[in-house]
Amino acid sequence: MRLIEQVGAWFEMRLGLGKPIRESATHPVPRNTASWFYVFGSAALTVFILQIVTGILLALIYVPSAGEAWNSLQTLNHTIALGWFIRALHGWGSSFMVAIVLIHMVQVFLFGAYKFPRELTWIVGVFLLLVTLGMAFTGQVLRFDQDAYWGLGIGASITSRIPVIGPWAVKLMLGGPIIAGATLSRFFALHVFVVPGLLIAFVGVHLLMVLKLGINEWPMPGRVVHRATYLEEYHELTHKDGVAFVPYAVWKDIVFSAFILLAIAFCSVYFGPFGPGGQPDPTIIQTAPRPDFFFLWLYALLSFLPPSAETPILLIAPAIGIVVLLALPFVAGEGEKSWRRRPIAVLTILLVAVALGTLTHLGGGAPWSPVMDAWSSLPIPSQYLVGRSALERRGALVFQVKQCHNCHSLGEQGGKRGPALDRVALRLNEDQLIRQVIQGGGNMPAYGKNLSPAETTALVAFLKTLHPVQQAPAHDASRAVALGAGEATPRP
Amino acid sequence: MSAENGMSRRVLLAKIGLFVNGVIGVALGVPIIGYLLSPVIREKKAGYDSWLSLGELTKFPVGETRLATYRNPVVTSWDGQTGDIACWVRNIDGQSFQVFAINCAHLGCPVRWFAQSSLFLCPCHGGAYYQDGSRASGPPERGLFQYQYKIEDGKLCIKAGEMPTPGQPVAKNAGGKPTCA
Repeated sequence: MRLIEQVGAWFEMRLGLGKPIRESATHPVPRNTASWFYVFGSAALTVFILQIVTGILLALIYVPSAGEAWNSLQTLNHTIALGWFIRALHGWGSSFMVAIVLIHMVQVFLFGAYKFPRELTWIVGVFLLLVTLGMAFTGQVLRFDQDAYWGLGIGASITSRIPVIGPWAVKLMLGGPIIAGATLSRFFALHVFVVPGLLIAFVGVHLLMVLKLGINEWPMPGRVVHRATYLEEYHELTHKDGVAFVPYAVWKDIVFSAFILLAIAFCSVYFGPFGPGGQPDPTIIQTAPRPDFFFLWLYALLSFLPPSAETPILLIAPAIGIVVLLALPFVAGEGEKSWRRRPIAVLTILLVAVALGTLTHLGGGAPWSPVMDAWSSLPIPSQYLVGRSALERRGALVFQVKQCHNCHSLGEQGGKRGPALDRVALRLNEDQLIRQVIQGGGNMPAYGKNLSPAETTALVAFLKTLHPVQQAPAHDASRAVALGAGEATPRP
Repeated sequence: MSAENGMSRRVLLAKIGLFVNGVIGVALGVPIIGYLLSPVIREKKAGYDSWLSLGELTKFPVGETRLATYRNPVVTSWDGQTGDIACWVRNIDGQSFQVFAINCAHLGCPVRWFAQSSLFLCPCHGGAYYQDGSRASGPPERGLFQYQYKIEDGKLCIKAGEMPTPGQPVAKNAGGKPTCA
């Protein structure tokens, strides 16, 4: 023990770090901040350190070359001992990091932590969110598979819509005229040098300010922030009723971080690494690109925006969102901190959470995407074929062969791009069915040129059978009159 | 010499030092900006597109639409498969053709041709196009991107080399050889 003390003293005499570290560790914090609500920031830092370590381990094997990256990922997955596990840790670590950063942000927002004097801490936090998402996107590109390739194409298509400089920005992003070697190299440089450098710098400033300004106290309804008196009140809070950060508060941080690391390790072992999917070969077009989990909401949004509004919303909405986040501490730098007295803040969080959650859920199922092989792989349910006439069955064949099934479902199977057709005969009568098939409309292509009259007749005959047994199909009540058969017969 | 004068001389020397560093910084920095912007500068000078062959006309039967692939004219040895680009060739009547980019005009995903229904469908957000490339339905604001083509020595040639995007459907400058033979 004496030897250790002597070595410690030798370093301390030269470095002089002991005192400031002891002071930072034992600085007083308000007693009720030693809470399970205050553990997300440190957990995000822990996961970030995990990402650095696993990232360096992956870089030992990974080849940032468009021609070789995919092969090196396969080597990691299958040949190198525990390579799959390191990849899985890094992949699951990124998902956890995005999630924890978001939870941390919601917590500090609801606890009013962005108010005076912690405005800059919040602003740096907004930048931390942006660079974390930047890490997520660039990392998804480094897993250089089909999804990464076409994801870059989506990124380029969005970038190209910037007025005036769009095409140039695309070339800068791709490093050339197409997605190729230069593209992967620059995303590697971004993911491994540029963005992590920013992230480390921002984390340093963020932590420094937390130490300098003190952790945000537990908000009490009625305890209002005033610039003139806040610092004094906070000083009183920490010194009259404070506890030393180490060990009174820190143990919860440590336990929660350990829990998160365990959860990441569990997911890594149980679910394994992410991909890689198919080879990044643009001539293999049998692919349905999907973004990673944290960008599914954007993928969903892009399918729902009306075409004319898409470009302005894509380009302007993110800028407005960032400006709103940055302006928040200046607009609401004083006042109530407690969520109990801030209903609009709570509603905003709920609204954003419901919107993002819904879009993410929809993005997972992607009902707007045609099921590209439904016409050849999903049969028509047999109850729609039993007891049908030859013409109607011929129509069912037309339904399959003309790929109607790719966008329309029957018996819950098939595409959801268009409406399900199980009860279509209740909605449309014969003439309306013919018109819809021939002319399209309502987001359906026109099939007039691609169907012979015989095929149309058969298809419509089949569609007319799609209604529940107990309910009569729609029919044109005036038809009988128009055809001169006297009075229309009442429906049975 | 007063202490004050001594200080100011050192301040002056420090300022001169900073100035020299600044000049060196600018002298190095400006070319480095050029280095960073090289993907854009290269386009302005020579252009990325050139005429290249998709193969014999016999590969493309009359009245049908077939997938064709070509090696991008601007590639490096480490591009691997990413240098191979696909496109759709429609032989209208043996004389006139249409060559469509593989990229959907919405967000660039690869469209697939369905001969039975004569439609191009996009797997991402469900954009659909008719056989002549015009928009049928879905989120795209326009029809499929088309390459210029010509027929030389019984071969179908297109002018390509750059990924078409909604912001730049066709490349502005053409470089390379004027022929694809």
